[in-house]
Amino acid sequence: MELLGINTHTVRDAVVSVIGERGARAVVWTFVALVSAFAAWILVTRLDLTVIGLLIGGVYALGAVGLSLVYGNMHFPNIAHGDTMTAAAFVALAVMVTWLPETWSMNSVGMFTFPYTLFIALPIGMAVVALGSVLIDRFVYRRLRLKAAQLGVITLASLGVAIALRGLIQYIWGTEIQNYPRESKKFLRWDVEFLDTTVLVPPDMIFVFAAAVVLTLALYLFLNLTRAGKAMRAAADNEDLAAISGINVERTHMLTWAIAGATAGAAGILFAAGQGQLLTISGWKLMIPMFAAVVAGGIGNPYGAFAGAIMIGVIGEVSTDWLDPTYKPAVFFGAIIVMLLVRPRGLFGASRV
Amino acid sequence: MDLTGIMLYVANLALIAGVYAVITIGLNVHYGHTGLFNVGVAAFFALGAYVAALLAIPPPEENLFHAYKFGGDLARILGVEGIGIDIWFPIVLIAAGVSCAILAYLIGAVTIRLREDYLAIATLGLGEAVRLVFTNEAWLADGTRGLPGIPRVLDNIVDPRYYDLIFLPVVLAVLLAIYLIAQRLAAAPWGRVLLAIRENEDTVEVVGKNVFRFKLQAFAFGAAIMGVGGALYAFARHSITPMTFEPFIATFVVWAMLIIGGSGNHRGAILGAAVLWAVIGSSQFLPGFLSDPNMRLIVVGVMIVAVLMLRPAGIIPETRTRT
Repeated sequence: MELLGINTHTVRDAVVSVIGERGARAVVWTFVALVSAFAAWILVTRLDLTVIGLLIGGVYALGAVGLSLVYGNMHFPNIAHGDTMTAAAFVALAVMVTWLPETWSMNSVGMFTFPYTLFIALPIGMAVVALGSVLIDRFVYRRLRLKAAQLGVITLASLGVAIALRGLIQYIWGTEIQNYPRESKKFLRWDVEFLDTTVLVPPDMIFVFAAAVVLTLALYLFLNLTRAGKAMRAAADNEDLAAISGINVERTHMLTWAIAGATAGAAGILFAAGQGQLLTISGWKLMIPMFAAVVAGGIGNPYGAFAGAIMIGVIGEVSTDWLDPTYKPAVFFGAIIVMLLVRPRGLFGASRV
Repeated sequence: MDLTGIMLYVANLALIAGVYAVITIGLNVHYGHTGLFNVGVAAFFALGAYVAALLAIPPPEENLFHAYKFGGDLARILGVEGIGIDIWFPIVLIAAGVSCAILAYLIGAVTIRLREDYLAIATLGLGEAVRLVFTNEAWLADGTRGLPGIPRVLDNIVDPRYYDLIFLPVVLAVLLAIYLIAQRLAAAPWGRVLLAIRENEDTVEVVGKNVFRFKLQAFAFGAAIMGVGGALYAFARHSITPMTFEPFIATFVVWAMLIIGGSGNHRGAILGAAVLWAVIGSSQFLPGFLSDPNMRLIVVGVMIVAVLMLRPAGIIPETRTRT
């Protein structure tokens, strides 16, 4: 490849001619080993950041799994995914604060900060957004698909959907910060004596992380064990082949959107519940780390996206050791670029190349 | 509102529409001609505007506390003091364009080879990253407070109240110049190679053209146009903050303009900018709920989707040149 006008093959050939093939390989592996050792050293010495990053990765994972699923099955990056998450969070907020009696939201669950009503609002929000996603597919993406529109056109349509969706949210609920009902709780404390550090973890993050694990596992079981899941994978792999095998491709597409919508909903609601507050751009802001996770895990590979999200979460958090935390999106941007350059198929391979 | 007020209002609308038209032409070079899916328009928009502002405003006064060290007045530092903003202005525009071309070249060198959708993801991040730099680095451009007091070009001719009437022809002149340059390049062999790349990259590669180099040049050229547009925006608004360049106003609106006007031809890009900005700018006079500012987002979003579904070629479809 060519990098900044320099042909890297020429450079490599020159290096190989001086130190030989084995020498060059030794140099590369030494470099990799040194970088890994350095990374491991940082991860251990800043265990507090690593743990938090791991848990933040759970939030990214919830969203990234759905994003990756749509990317793999519908073959385009859905720019509206973040705003779908925001929409679900607002619906859930309306359920908890406006529709249900206020007193119901007074008591919080065990060690977590959110009230019991979250468990009523969560499925409602997920269902509303899943239904919305299916309808949007029906009226927008499906029609473009039938016209055999290019990748760029469908991606642009999702951009239009994202803008309209945000407008709708802001039109209904306004642009101010909304507070989720919550009760302050103590952070979990973990004294690591041999490292002389203390890891403080907000309990909600553990809940979100557990939810992400359960959700990804459920998706894995669904895709691999059920008939509908297998049909979905087949359609993602080769639509025409799936269609002539008797699979109703349009139905698998509908199912894809329903699942992606529901997971996006869960991600948006749990993120807002964990944060305790909600902005109309909350979901949009998660798009960059989520895309980074999807790219890192291999596009269209939902489990890869989960692992990628954990990795991105840790990288983002550890970077705050020497970078201003507000620069996190820039770190994610760098991670995307490096990933696309070094291994565009992702760490675990894409479902399609 | 009296007649003068209406005239000034229309002049302001036309002014900003003209600025957006310049940026939309830049995006058309990227997407319409070469097929480069750049979702990071905001990056070049912001860089152009900031470079222009930093070159044009006087340095911060010593006795006032300012977090930022820079402050342009480069005219004085370079010893060309006294030439005034009127002559300095075109140099500022060119500097904004050149700095954007350099950024595009550096970023493009590593990302332009990527597939369409990968480039979209990468540029999405770039737009945020550039804005973050201007938000966080207070020494560079005073962080979130931004840069106020950008001097006005040709401001001694009229009363400040009527300034937009003077700046409008300036913007239109720059727009015309950029339109003619872009149009000429699109018709030249260079531009025809870009169209061929958009249609089928492999064929172009087989014919012996260096696709990567052409894409990189197109990326830098389009970014330079966006940079000039950003600079014009800074002069039109007199002050900029990082919030000015949030993705909606700085990237998505431009995309909507290109799609609505007709991707692939510069006249469509200009028309799209005019139409969409007229809709956005006059929406506050609409009756009832239509005047809600959030309604604009809905309108812009729905317009993008509707045009893509009903008239994918836009208002002015691209004319196919015979070969």
